[in-house]
Amino acid sequence: MEPVIELDDLDVRLAGRPILKKLKAALTGRSIGLLGPNGAGKSTLLNTLLGFYKPFAGTARVFGRDIRSHAREVRGLIGYMPENEAFIAGMSGVRFVRLMAELAGLPREHALERAHEAFFYVGLGEVRYRALGTYSLGMKQSAKLAQAIAHGPKLLFLDEPTNGLDPPMRTRMIQLIQEIRDRGDLRLILSSHLLRDVEECCDEVLILKDGNIAAFCNLEEERRSNRRFLEIETHGERNGDFLAAMEKLGCETAPGAQGRVKLVMPDGLEVRDLYEVAAAQNVQIRRLDHKRDSLEDIFLKAMETPNGRL
Amino acid sequence: MAVYKKTYRPYEGALTGPLARLLVIPRYAFEELHRSRFLSVFFLATFLYPLISALIIYVQHNTSALQLLNVQNARGLISINVTFFLSLLGWQSAMSLFLAAFVGPGQISPDLANNGLSLYLARPFSRVEYVLGKMSVLVILISLMTWIPGLLLFLLQGYLEGWSWMADNVRLASGLFFGSWIWIVLVSLLALALSAWVKWKPAAGALMFVLFFVTSAFAATINAVQRTHWGNLASVSYLVGTIWVQLFEGANKTTNGAVFFRSPIGEEIPLGYCWAGLIALVLMCLYMLARKIRGAEVVR
Repeated sequence: MEPVIELDDLDVRLAGRPILKKLKAALTGRSIGLLGPNGAGKSTLLNTLLGFYKPFAGTARVFGRDIRSHAREVRGLIGYMPENEAFIAGMSGVRFVRLMAELAGLPREHALERAHEAFFYVGLGEVRYRALGTYSLGMKQSAKLAQAIAHGPKLLFLDEPTNGLDPPMRTRMIQLIQEIRDRGDLRLILSSHLLRDVEECCDEVLILKDGNIAAFCNLEEERRSNRRFLEIETHGERNGDFLAAMEKLGCETAPGAQGRVKLVMPDGLEVRDLYEVAAAQNVQIRRLDHKRDSLEDIFLKAMETPNGRL
Repeated sequence: MAVYKKTYRPYEGALTGPLARLLVIPRYAFEELHRSRFLSVFFLATFLYPLISALIIYVQHNTSALQLLNVQNARGLISINVTFFLSLLGWQSAMSLFLAAFVGPGQISPDLANNGLSLYLARPFSRVEYVLGKMSVLVILISLMTWIPGLLLFLLQGYLEGWSWMADNVRLASGLFFGSWIWIVLVSLLALALSAWVKWKPAAGALMFVLFFVTSAFAATINAVQRTHWGNLASVSYLVGTIWVQLFEGANKTTNGAVFFRSPIGEEIPLGYCWAGLIALVLMCLYMLARKIRGAEVVR
């Protein structure tokens, strides 16, 4: 798959302070999460890719275009939803999105049509003629998303898209992001310090710490491999026979105390088979967990690495 | 696609060119300005002086009109000369200063107030293009008030007086054109720079006047206290007036500046210093804009 973003020893310094330190990675996912604690350099990375900050050394490429030499072209491919409030207070929502679409290069009539569509899409159709200054925080977030997608970008930068949203609004925002992702027309980069947001929306994650890459993993592969890893709690006299039967079916087993067993199931074997074998051996399965090396585990492990380096 | 089909779809149509994108900003700005009745009326009122001037030129060359009005000797009362055009430019420039003080502060500050600037600059659109787009609003308005009516009056006078008059006075036309552009660049950049730094629009507008009128008073005070005329370097209006006189008349001065930029004869400071003063002011405005017009601010 063509890399969306290639970081080539990217080094960014702001006011003399190193913020991003020689980042090197090739991000290929459909939706890429940028994770990290506050101050890790997530927003700086996005701002650098947009050309707001100049790299001190190294460079980055977006869809193969160098951000140093093709900054305008790169920005033409991107839709950007910034972290902070960003709007023009006196302007109506639809006029604002139309302006942004026209600045991105859409002809006047297309920009107007797509501004209306984008507003309906994000659920603000009824308030599109109201001044942006009168919108609630959640509505402003949605309006930011509308302006980011109105011109039909190839890559979407979402910087903390669920900031300040109440639970129903957050759910709606996540659903929108998932829907955009699943259509497959564009790639997206979601920067957040909320693990849940990234876990729900992304298939690849880059974890930053102190301006370094602390971890980079493919969540989709992690999820696939974790799906076969089970932890069960059994009760019965013939526990040993049950384990032997499971091993015969190709499972790797590791018995623990008080009837606890860790299992790695081979491909083709389903959880249902497990219950059938247990029933045959007269063993009760009282608890079953898909043991997941969750994003939280990955994140916490990454945070433990010295200097945040891989 | 109908708006009720609430789904995301990519855009695959044609895109506009960089110039069309640049013109988006003034188009939106003019739509906003058009909503203000006060500004529309004020802008129309600024054409009164050129209209009266055109009438004067016409009547001056129309004997029957003079006879009808029974003022056959009026031709000698107002001469169509350097003073006539310099006064026109001076008055129109003063009017444009008022307009810029109303329009200018609203150009950049609303974009900065709620971080809207990052959205402009996240598009295939540079900082320079943003400033040029915003500046073009003032450039178009002030052009319509200064050199365009000025040159039309010059052509009218040339048409009525004869082509030889035009050939003899071509310096007036160039003076009108270049003098206006010096003013346009200066006032536009100043208005934008103040708009970028002063978020409260009335304060930014007031600062425009402070810069032109209070600095003149300050310059006069320095001159009086220090018994010098170098204090004029602090007066923006003096600097502009001196350059205008040079543009209109060259070395053969017959006037001492336009209506609003008069300076006593014999107290002039060298032209090079006036140019240097204006260039310094323009560079300062550009620096102020460069500091503020950024997609993301660097926290030091």
